[in-house]
Amino acid sequence: MARAPKRWRTPSPHWLFLVPALALLTAILLVPLVNSVYRSVGRSDFTLEHYATLFTDGVTLKVLLRTATTAAMVTLIAFLLGYPYAYVMTRVGPRLRGILLVIVLIPFWTSVMARNFAWIVILQRNGPVHSFLKLFGLDVVLYGSVAGVTVAMSQVLLPFMVLPLFSALSGIDRRLLLAARGLGSHPLKAFWKVYWPLSRGGVVAGLILVFTLSLGFYVTPALLGTPKESLVAQLLGQRTTQLLDFAGAGALGFLVLVITLVLVAWANRFGGTISAIGVVAASRTKDRT
Amino acid sequence: MSVTTSHAAAPAPLPPRAGTRIRLANVTKDYGLAVPAVDDVSLTIEPGEFMTLLGPSGSGKTTTLNLIAGFETLTAGTISLNGADVSELPSHKRNLGMLFQNYALFPHMTVAQNVAYPLRERKLPKADITRKVAEVLDLVQLTGRDGHFPAQLSGGQQQRVALARAIVFGPKALLLDEPLGALDRNLRATLQLEIRRIHREVGSTFVFVTHDQEEAMNLSDRIALFNNGRIEQVGTPEALYQSPETLFTARFLGDSNVFELSRVAEGTGTWEDQTWPVDSRTVSPRVGAGGRSALVVRPEDVRLVAGDGVVPPGATSVPATIRDIEYMGAYRTAVLSLGRGNAVGRARLDATESKLGIGQPVLAWWLVERQRIVAA
Repeated sequence: MARAPKRWRTPSPHWLFLVPALALLTAILLVPLVNSVYRSVGRSDFTLEHYATLFTDGVTLKVLLRTATTAAMVTLIAFLLGYPYAYVMTRVGPRLRGILLVIVLIPFWTSVMARNFAWIVILQRNGPVHSFLKLFGLDVVLYGSVAGVTVAMSQVLLPFMVLPLFSALSGIDRRLLLAARGLGSHPLKAFWKVYWPLSRGGVVAGLILVFTLSLGFYVTPALLGTPKESLVAQLLGQRTTQLLDFAGAGALGFLVLVITLVLVAWANRFGGTISAIGVVAASRTKDRT
Repeated sequence: MSVTTSHAAAPAPLPPRAGTRIRLANVTKDYGLAVPAVDDVSLTIEPGEFMTLLGPSGSGKTTTLNLIAGFETLTAGTISLNGADVSELPSHKRNLGMLFQNYALFPHMTVAQNVAYPLRERKLPKADITRKVAEVLDLVQLTGRDGHFPAQLSGGQQQRVALARAIVFGPKALLLDEPLGALDRNLRATLQLEIRRIHREVGSTFVFVTHDQEEAMNLSDRIALFNNGRIEQVGTPEALYQSPETLFTARFLGDSNVFELSRVAEGTGTWEDQTWPVDSRTVSPRVGAGGRSALVVRPEDVRLVAGDGVVPPGATSVPATIRDIEYMGAYRTAVLSLGRGNAVGRARLDATESKLGIGQPVLAWWLVERQRIVAA
C-alpha cells in the first residue's frame, strides 16, 4: 500500500504564547533564585561552609523538623476534613455544590491580615476556644503555639485539598460501586476496593499541594505562633532582615527547595505507579460518550 | 445439506445450572413524583428463561431491573428468587450477575483482576480463581487479554469482559441493563449472537433491559413491554407482534396502520363513515365494553389496487392516495393518506404494486383475519 509522503510539519506558533509568562518567571523567579544560590556558595570563592553550618548550628535542623511535622499535621487535618467534604460535593445538587464551594473558598477571599487577626481573637487566652476547652478542664491556649498555627493553616489550605479531590472524585463513575456491590462486595468494601484507588490521583495531588505550601508559610506562624517555636520561613526572615546573613539564608532556602522538589518527585511517582490521574481522566472521557 | 456448528461439539466450559425463578409480586417503586416509577408490577420469570423488559425511556424497566438487583428498595410488593423472599436482602448478598450499558469495568484493574473480583469476594482458593478466570475468558473469546487494562480494549471487548465477570461466579441469574446500547450496529448484532450463545451454554435466567424492539424480538424467549411504570403486555415476540392487546403494544413493536374506531358492535367496526366486518377472534380481551378501541393492521398485510381495481370478497378496503414511496432496500413502502385524508398509513409494496405512482388513487385492502382490534 502506498504511504502518504512524509511532510515536515511547520513549527506551531503556539509556543509564542508562553513567552510573556516565561519572561516574567525568569525575571522574578529564576534570576533571584540563581543569585541567592550563587551567594550561598560564597560567590566566586566557592565554599560549602554555609550548607555545613545548617547541619551543625543546632537550630536549623530542629526548625526544619518542626516545620515538616507541622506541615504533615496540617496536611493530615486538611485531608481528613477535605475528603468527606469533596465527596459530599459530588453527591449534592449543583446549587448546594456551589454553596459548598463558596464556603471552602472564603478564606481565599479574605485578606491575610484579617484572617490571621480573626484567628488571634478566636484562639487567644479567654477567647472562645480557650473558654470552650476550659469547660472540659483543659487549660490550653492555642494562641502562641504550634497547635494554633496548625489549626489556622489547615483552614486556609483546605481549598488546596478540596479542589483537586473534588475534581478527581467527580470523575469517578458511581456505577462502578453498584457493579462491585452486585459482584458481592459490602458497600464499605466496594468503596475501599474501587472508589478509594480511583481517587488516589486526587489524594496525592492534594497532599503534595498542601504539604509544600505549608512548608513556606510565614505570616500565620509569625502572628499566631511564638519565636521559641519558629518555622523555616521565620528563620529565613530572621536571617535576611535581622542578621543580614544572605549566604546562610540562601543556603537554607535552597535546601528547603531541594527537599520540596524531592518530595514532589517521590509523591508523583507514588501516585503515578497506577497512573491514577490518567485513569480518572480516562473514566471521565468514557462517561462523556 | 447439513448445517454444522463448530461450537456444538465442544463441551460447555461451565457446568450448566438450573436457572432461577424470579417472581415479582405487586412490585411498586414510588419516588414521590406524580406517578410511581414502577406501579404494581407482577411478573414471573421462569428458570433459564431469556426475559426482556422492553419499553421507552422512563417506562420503569430499568428501575424494575434495579429492584431485582437490590440497587433500589421496594416501596411495596415482594421479589423472590426460587421462592425465597429477597425483598430486604442487600444487593451484595443476592448473588446476581449484572451487566451495565457503560460496562462498569474497574479501570484500575486488569482484565484478569476484573473477572477474578467476584471470586475473590467469595474467598475462593487462588488455583480455582485462576482456572475459572481462564475458562470464562475462553467462553467470551478473550483468551490472552488477561493483562490488559479496560482502557486498552475496544467497546465490544470491554463488554465481553463485563459479561465474563458477571457470569464467572455462577450467579443465580444475569441482569443486563442495555448492555449493547453503546455499541455500533454491526457489533451489536455480533454481541447479540454471543449473548444468545452464552445464554444457551450457561443455561441460567437472563433478564435483559432494552428500549430497542428489534433487539428484544431477536433475543427473547418472552418480552414484558413496559409503559408508564406498568406492564402493558407479556408474551413471546410472536405473540406481541401478531396479537397486540393495546394500541401501545401495536405501535411499539413494528409498524402499524391504526384506525381509531368510533364503534365496535355486532361483528362490525365503524371508522369515519365506513363499517367494516370484525372477527371476534381478533378482538383483544382488553377491549372493554364501551372502551376506546382501534383496528390495527401491519404494512406487510396491506395490499393496494388501482382505484378501479377489484378487491377479493371478504376483504376490508379503504380508499387511499399514495403520498410517497420509500425505498427500504429489500422492498418499497407506500405512504398513504387514507379515507377522508386525515389518517396516514403504510403498505409494503410487492412486485406488481411497485408500478403504482405517487399521487395515484388506490384501494388499500387486507384480509379480515390479518387485522386486530386493540384497546386504545
